Amino acid sequence: MSFDTPPAAGCRDAPILKQRGQHEVFCGLTGIIWLHRKMQDAFFLVVGSRTCAHLLQSAAGVMIFAEPRFGTVILEETDLAGLADAQDELEREVARLLTRRPDIRQLFLVGSCPSEVIKLDLARAAERLTLTHSPHVRVLNYSGSGIETTFTQGEDACLASMVPTLPETDARQLMLVGALPDVVEDQALELLAQMGIEAVCVLPTRRRDDPLSVGPNTVFALTQPFLGDTLTALERRGARHLPAPFPFGEQGTTAWLRAVADEFGVDDATFERVTAAPRTRAARAVTQAAETLAGKSVFFFPDSQLEIPLARFLTRECGMTAIEVGAPFIHKSIVGPDLELLETGPQLAEGQDVDCQLDRCRAARPDLTVCGLGLANPLEAEGLATKWAIELVFTPVHFYEQAGDLAGLFSRPLRRRAALRLEAAE
Amino acid sequence: MKLTLWTYEGPPHVGAMRVATAMKGLHYVLHAPQGDTYADLLFTMIERRNHRPPVTYTTFQARDLGADTANLFKTACQNAYDRFRPEAMIVGASCTAELIQDDPGGMAETMGLPVPVIALELPSYQRKENFGADETLFRIIRALARPADRTAQITCNLIGATGLGFRHRDDMTELTGLLSDMGISVNVTAPYGATPSDIKRLGAAHFNVLMYPETGEAACRWMERELGLPFTRTVPIGVGATRDFLTEISVLTGLPVRLDESRLRLPWYSASVDSTYLTGKRVFLFGDGTHVAAAARIARDEMGFEVVGLGCYNREMARPIRALAMEYGVEPLITDDYLEVEATIEALAPEMILGTQMERMIGKRLGIPCAVISAPVHVQDFPARYSPQMGIEGANVIFDTWVHPLVMGLEEHLLHMFRDDFEFHDAAGASHHGGAHVANEAGGPAPQPAASPRGISAKENAQAGAEVIWLADAERELRKIPFFVRGKARRNTEIFATRKGLREIGIDTLYEAKAHYAR
Repeated sequence: MSFDTPPAAGCRDAPILKQRGQHEVFCGLTGIIWLHRKMQDAFFLVVGSRTCAHLLQSAAGVMIFAEPRFGTVILEETDLAGLADAQDELEREVARLLTRRPDIRQLFLVGSCPSEVIKLDLARAAERLTLTHSPHVRVLNYSGSGIETTFTQGEDACLASMVPTLPETDARQLMLVGALPDVVEDQALELLAQMGIEAVCVLPTRRRDDPLSVGPNTVFALTQPFLGDTLTALERRGARHLPAPFPFGEQGTTAWLRAVADEFGVDDATFERVTAAPRTRAARAVTQAAETLAGKSVFFFPDSQLEIPLARFLTRECGMTAIEVGAPFIHKSIVGPDLELLETGPQLAEGQDVDCQLDRCRAARPDLTVCGLGLANPLEAEGLATKWAIELVFTPVHFYEQAGDLAGLFSRPLRRRAALRLEAAE
Repeated sequence: MKLTLWTYEGPPHVGAMRVATAMKGLHYVLHAPQGDTYADLLFTMIERRNHRPPVTYTTFQARDLGADTANLFKTACQNAYDRFRPEAMIVGASCTAELIQDDPGGMAETMGLPVPVIALELPSYQRKENFGADETLFRIIRALARPADRTAQITCNLIGATGLGFRHRDDMTELTGLLSDMGISVNVTAPYGATPSDIKRLGAAHFNVLMYPETGEAACRWMERELGLPFTRTVPIGVGATRDFLTEISVLTGLPVRLDESRLRLPWYSASVDSTYLTGKRVFLFGDGTHVAAAARIARDEMGFEVVGLGCYNREMARPIRALAMEYGVEPLITDDYLEVEATIEALAPEMILGTQMERMIGKRLGIPCAVISAPVHVQDFPARYSPQMGIEGANVIFDTWVHPLVMGLEEHLLHMFRDDFEFHDAAGASHHGGAHVANEAGGPAPQPAASPRGISAKENAQAGAEVIWLADAERELRKIPFFVRGKARRNTEIFATRKGLREIGIDTLYEAKAHYAR
């Protein structure tokens, strides 16, 4: 199986099972946990309930103690009774917060289910607060509520809220869109620079004052598949989307770079010179890590929208068979190139009815199940090996140098199962 | 609105989940938006449960808002019944569903399900997790328990142990053993491990053991009134409390107290000379009201510590904690704001903290040893080994847990006797503290240079020494003074110097001060 031979029939037009029912997923607020690490002068202020605060704390684990740049203003009875003073209350809390943290340059008011349901106008609050605290602090708003967003969509909503505020430019440039770990972002920029593509900016930037602009001569490539609204917002600013498979694994990274290189007229020799060495390294690392994976079957529960590109990586580069690939949403205009490379066979599923999906999973008895933490231990106890999906969002997994690590994340649970010589007590 | 970075308690529906997850044959249908399922992982990860919590979420989305959410609830309820066939169900709303006012209880009632369906009213914008658990257990018991003939032999119920409870699993085992030594067997433990049919026969017991007031008091009060079951007031954490608890039971039942103390080691360990260095260690206590009250008694009466401050985060226990603080002559701290807790700890500068996961992190930041005595806790405090807090073995566990983070007495002495030795200088710290710990014995911290890793001592030095500077030779001389009086000597010298209007402390000042205070 090689990259040069895409499957005879990909999954682009495969039927998609759409189900409604209980969703076992995070809401968009969870995106704050990695976004606040990326944007070093931003504070994320959730306007919500105790549940929202408890969710962030449970999901962030110990990170909450490292002087976090996120918090929750918890709505109380009095806020629900009279909406009039909600704006004043918010202004007071924000003023207190900004006094305590003068290093904050951008403040995101993050909407939650309660604030959306009572129709608290955070957009207006953000405008008013910007007037009060400018120029030092810019206040934006987006919704991370569970009724509107699923897990990584929180990042999408956040980035989309920033697009209208970007300065206009006519310069011909490439924009990378998606929050990547710094080390990965630097690798990507270095590869592009070696190919002579120097006019590159990244959304989001690490700090508010880092250069970032958009305009009709901007082309942008997504590094994450969950950025549908951001894509629309950028197109509205005149920028053009560059469709490509996502940079997971050696083949995904090469295809992604290829799409960018073609757009910027990089010749084949240059492309070959820049990518040859890291390609070989990545392919070798994947082969080593994937020994355990070849011939095994995998089942994806919906979580982050990374499922389709990851299924493409696992089937094409690690020799796995996909049984079901569930995703919370499937944007064909974004994951189309990955769907084309995914051999027909797996059931594609959008949305979820978790009990029905569990029934399908138990019936299929996959070798590896990729799922959330609420399902992982119960499935392990039933004898199914699991890989918990959240790690795939937090860990550096994109581009060549991480390809081996990415395969390793999936092979580790299987190697552990093989290593343990214990019968479970229960 | 209130800005919050860390919450000690979750919302009340998490309390209801703790009851549902603790039980068997009960299913909880929670009217909640997508995302609220995060709470599942508290049970599957922190408590390491091997099954999903018995909770069905309606998962409504923005497009469902309007009349549709009611149908969504009914469908979810019916599906949950058809799939899981529980003996009874509880239904309720999370914070968002509370705002859309669908009335889960009323809707479930109209569905005519063939099992009891118990409606929960949990005010999410006023109350918290512990209330949710207490209220849920009360509702379940009120709906299902009926008066019954007493068992022929003396039996009791254990009330209050839930999912995600701090050491609840092992406390039940320990209590069952204690009671069995007295000739009392356990009728039902609830909610932990109970089915709805077990709840129905609660009334057959002779009395209730209220293990945790936070999660079982409302139910016990109702059973006292309606089923004639008296309940115990003493929580048997610590040696004294365990003995009082058995006396209380003896009064309730007329049985003589029988306590097998052959495995009880805390009193001797605490009396042995190795523990002398524990005397007067200044401790600060924070957590839920029950565990703090129990810990305060152990700290003062069984370990010989000095309690310098105490408080709790659950305002339901504010009254008893205030009374307790008065008894101990300290200021009570009733707050759910960890920044306030941190500020109090910094001000009191205790030598040890007994608290929750959060206080552990505060302790780490300030360089103060800490042991965990109360929820909320992380995964390491749901241990594989047997480690109750209650009863005989609980006392042993507590002795070990509390002493462990402190530098061992002998180790501390050696550290100072050989303090000029290259391996044993002050900054090297105790071996099991990874080199980060600096000994801090009664009498206050040693005059460390500014590079001291201990936040508190650095701050104290900065405050106390803001006006006077120790010259190098005086500081060297000060280090020759035995550690247990060194801190006092340092403070006295500084006060002396300030009074004399001196800006620098030399060897002469040091000895003049010594002579001054010797009079």
